[in-house]
Order: sequence, then C-alpha cells, then structure tokens
Amino acid sequence: MTTTLAIAACAVPFVAGDYYTSFATEIAITVLMLSSYRIVVLTGEWSFAHVVLQGAGAYTAAIMVKDHGASFPISLVAGSIVAAAIAAVLSMPLLKMRGFYFLMGTFAAAEAIRLLWRKFTYFGGTRGFSGISAPYFDFGGVQIDFGRSANYYFLTLAVVAACLVLLWRLERSRLGKVWKTIEQQDVLAQSVGIDTRRYRRIAFVIAAAFAGIAGVLLAYAFGSVTPNRFSLNFALYLMIWAIVGGTRTFFGVIVGGIVLMAFDESLRFAEQLRPGVYGVILILVMLFWPQGLERLIGWTGLYGRGVSKAAPVSSEGGA
Amino acid sequence: MQFLVETVLNSAMASASTALVVVGLALIFGVMRIENFAHGELYMVGAYATWLFGTSFGAGYWVGFAAAILVTAVLGAAIEILLLRRLRNNPMGALIVTIGVLLILQTGAAWFFGINSNLLVDAPVSGVLSLGGFNMPWHRIVVIAAAVLILTALTVILRTTKFGWALRAVAQDKDAANLQGISIGRISMSAMALSAALAGAAGSLMAPIVRISPFMGQPVIITAFIVIILGGIGSMEGAIVAAVIYSTFFTFVSVYFDTTIANVAGLCLMLAVLIVKPSGLMGKAQKV
Repeated sequence: MTTTLAIAACAVPFVAGDYYTSFATEIAITVLMLSSYRIVVLTGEWSFAHVVLQGAGAYTAAIMVKDHGASFPISLVAGSIVAAAIAAVLSMPLLKMRGFYFLMGTFAAAEAIRLLWRKFTYFGGTRGFSGISAPYFDFGGVQIDFGRSANYYFLTLAVVAACLVLLWRLERSRLGKVWKTIEQQDVLAQSVGIDTRRYRRIAFVIAAAFAGIAGVLLAYAFGSVTPNRFSLNFALYLMIWAIVGGTRTFFGVIVGGIVLMAFDESLRFAEQLRPGVYGVILILVMLFWPQGLERLIGWTGLYGRGVSKAAPVSSEGGA
Repeated sequence: MQFLVETVLNSAMASASTALVVVGLALIFGVMRIENFAHGELYMVGAYATWLFGTSFGAGYWVGFAAAILVTAVLGAAIEILLLRRLRNNPMGALIVTIGVLLILQTGAAWFFGINSNLLVDAPVSGVLSLGGFNMPWHRIVVIAAAVLILTALTVILRTTKFGWALRAVAQDKDAANLQGISIGRISMSAMALSAALAGAAGSLMAPIVRISPFMGQPVIITAFIVIILGGIGSMEGAIVAAVIYSTFFTFVSVYFDTTIANVAGLCLMLAVLIVKPSGLMGKAQKV
C-alpha cells in the first residue's frame, strides 16, 4: 500500500498536466495538515486553531522571503518554529480547557490572530502578501527552478514524506503511546502518574510545528498568502475531513485525505452546493459510521495494529 | 448628542436581538447539553421566511413574523427528532451534526435565494419618532419592545406552566425528571422548537434592518457563543445580562474605533473569561 501510494505520487507530474500537478501539491500539503491535526485529535481534543497555526507558518515564510530574501530551507525552519512558538504560548491557557470549551478557546485565539493579520499593514492587511518567488536551487552547476509546477511538486512531496516519516516514528515512540492512553483513559493515565495536561501541550505544539511546515509549503505553492485562506471555514473543512476520513489510523488519515481532496475537486462543477454536500456527508457519517471512512472500508483491520476501540468523536468530549 | 443617542439606541436594539438569540442557545444547552452551531442559521431562516411570506407574498410584516416563528419552530423540532435524538449520549457527535445542519441550511438559502440577493423587508411601523429633538427610527423601538415582550412571555411560561416546570426539571436532572414521568423526548423536542423559534423571531425582527444573506448567521453565532460564555453556559439570566453588556460594548467600540478591533476585543474577552472564570457571570461552576 505504501509503495503503491509512493509510486502513484511520483508518477503524477508525468501523466497529469500542470493543473493536476499543482492540485497534487495541494493534496500533499493537505495530507500533512491532516496527519499533524491527527496528533491533537489523538489526545482526545478537536481544535479550531490548527489552520491559523498553518497560517503562522505561511506568513513567516512570506515575510522572510519578501523582507529578508530568505532561502527556502531557512523559511521552512523559521515557519515551523514560529508556528510551534505561537502554539506553545497559546497552549498555556488553552489546554486548561476541554471539549466544547477547548473548541471555543482555540477558535477565539485563532480568530483574534487572524483579525490582527487583517488589521496590520505589516502583515499585508486584508490582501496579504503576493509575489512570493519560487525557490531556486543552484548546487554547483546543477540548477533547479522550483517555479515549474512539477519541480515544486517533487520538493513538496519530499518535505511531506520526510514529515510523515517523522510523525510515524513519533507515534510509535513512547510519546505516541502516552497520547493514545490519554485519549482512551484520561483519568487512569493521571492516576498512574502521567501529567496529561503536559502531554496534551506537547502534542499541540508538535502538531503546530508540522502545520507551520505545511503553511510554508502553501505560501510557496500559491506564491501568495491571504488572511481569508485561514478563516473559520477552512478550520471547519479540516475538521470535517478528519472526521469523515477517520483519524484512528496513520494511513487512514492519509488515504482519507487523498480521497476527500479528489472528491472535493470533483465537486468543483457545483461550487455553490459544495458546503451542503459536506453537511449531508457529515451528518450521515456521524449517524451511521461515527468512526469515519476508514472504518467503513475496513482499513482499521489492515493498518490498525495496536489501535484500540474508542472512536475520538464518540468519546466524552462535551462540557 | 444626536450621535450618542443613536448609538445608545443601537446598542439597546443589538442587546435585544442578541438576547433573543442567546436565550434560545442557553435553553437548548440547559435541556440537552448540546451546543447548537446551527442556531445562527435558524436566525437566517427567520429573516428569509419573513421576506418570503411578508414581502414576496405580500401578506404584510406581521404575517411574515408569525410565519418565521412557525417555520423555525418546525425546523428545530425536526432537527431534534431526526438527528439529535439519535446522538443523545454523544455530545461531541451532536455538536458536529449541528455543524452539518449549518452547512445544509446555508447552502439551501444560497440555492433558493442566491448569494447576492438584495431582499428588502419593509418595517411594520415606518418613519421616525422625534422626541425632544432626537430622532429615533420606529422599527428599532419595535425590536426592543418585541424582544422584551417575548422574553417576559418566556419567563412566565417557564415559571408558571406545567410545561415550563417539566422543562426546568429536565434541565436540572434528566434522570430524576424521567423518573417523575416526564418524557425526555417530548421536552427535548419542544425545547428545540422553542429555542429555534426564538432565533427565528430575532432574525425576523432584524430583517428590515440588516442585509439578508445566506451567511448572515455566522457573525450572529460567533457573538452568541461569546455571550454564552460570558454569561455562563446554560444560564438564561446570565445570557441576557451578558447580551446587554457585550452588545453595548461591541456597538460603542465599533462606532468609536472600528469593527475589527471590536471583534478582537470581544474574542479576547471570551478567552479571558474562559481562563479566569470559566463558569461565566452567572453560571454554575463547571469542569472545563
């Protein structure tokens, strides 16, 4: 499955035109967003701030490139660090909350940050930044222009793949096991001496670091950053994709993300109806398959080694 | 001076309409422990229903107002019976389902009425009241009076009728109420209809003043959640007090500075309450 996916991913620019290559770049970025969002979900919380943390990465990249002429690797690291730092500050008050309160707290913090981007001209105001030049590498004679969509696609793919490997290792580590314990048995975890709040904070910050990377990739891919790209609607869609695709297994969320992005693209002819279609799907999934698509198709059995029973959305999250 | 009087009047009107919206939200949380994200869309449906029945069919504003209440109440009851009832033991699932309802209602309104529609609803009492040299548009006074009337009626219903007692009993302790022979399903359905009707009434009252669009519910629900958290989740008295405080604050900040700053200040206010006093102004202590 992994090999098939990797081969298919590498073949995209050779069989598809520029449009679909750019679209595949977007899919790769979304997969990274979903996989990192999954870490927060693993600890049993739904956050509205993840997309704005991605925005923090994107804005950092834009400012680094426009004002300081930074190169791609530097803005990539900077974007990730800034997003993680903002998350670390936000996590202090926010992770005292749970369930609905956490949802509203993350929304308030994220929306306030986004409105500040709109307000101050340092961040480009309502129009944001445009004209972010594509990365250009010159390895002693070998020059690669990432302005070409196929080249940038491979760069994105490489970065995303590296991040996914890191995330995979993280989940298999002791840290990942603690997160799963917290999601399933919060009180029990506390009673055996696990500082659950601290581990949930770690998850929030690490997820933000990867969201920041996704933001930098997005800024270069579009060549522009606007505050509206990180609005509540996008946070909502990220949440919907995570729920519909399922978040229980590492691969479930990747495959779910690809399937849903393709589905999203196929709805392009009915742009106006798209939110309503998502609404119907969301309701059907919640009523009939509360564990998402992965459960429906049976991926859990294939890839759910060592994963447990409780579905994140049906666990006790309310106030 | 005229400007100040106008701003005060606008604050009072915003308070009135916000109070109607949040009381419905607090009611539904009290009875069902569900945060209804589609509540703002019920407000939107109220505004559209007023236009459709009152203006488009030419039946006059008050018929439109009654139709708005009826339509939203039926819609609310339907949401409870068809969706929320099945998710009674899964509050996070119910919350997500209401997001689905939000998207469907928004898309439905955009589909039937268009995104950039320019629908006008005539105010029932047109003209301006001149009092001691100050001019006050009549409809703003109508909104305030209607909201006070509706909220008073609601209080009377909740405190004196058997239905009101049953509803408050369910809000206090679901299991105990059930043991007393109160049907949780029926009370939940009625509470949802009542809550939706309150949102619909607010939308209908505001229809002559605001621009009617499929997305008009979004700022309303954001305001409503801020107010609910300020007032203490589930407390109706707290919700009304917080609605007045927040709406006045918001109107004055947006008039004297600008709307973005008012929004940021509002969100920070909500965060501060969540951090410092999560039970809000009048809520019971809650585990956050």
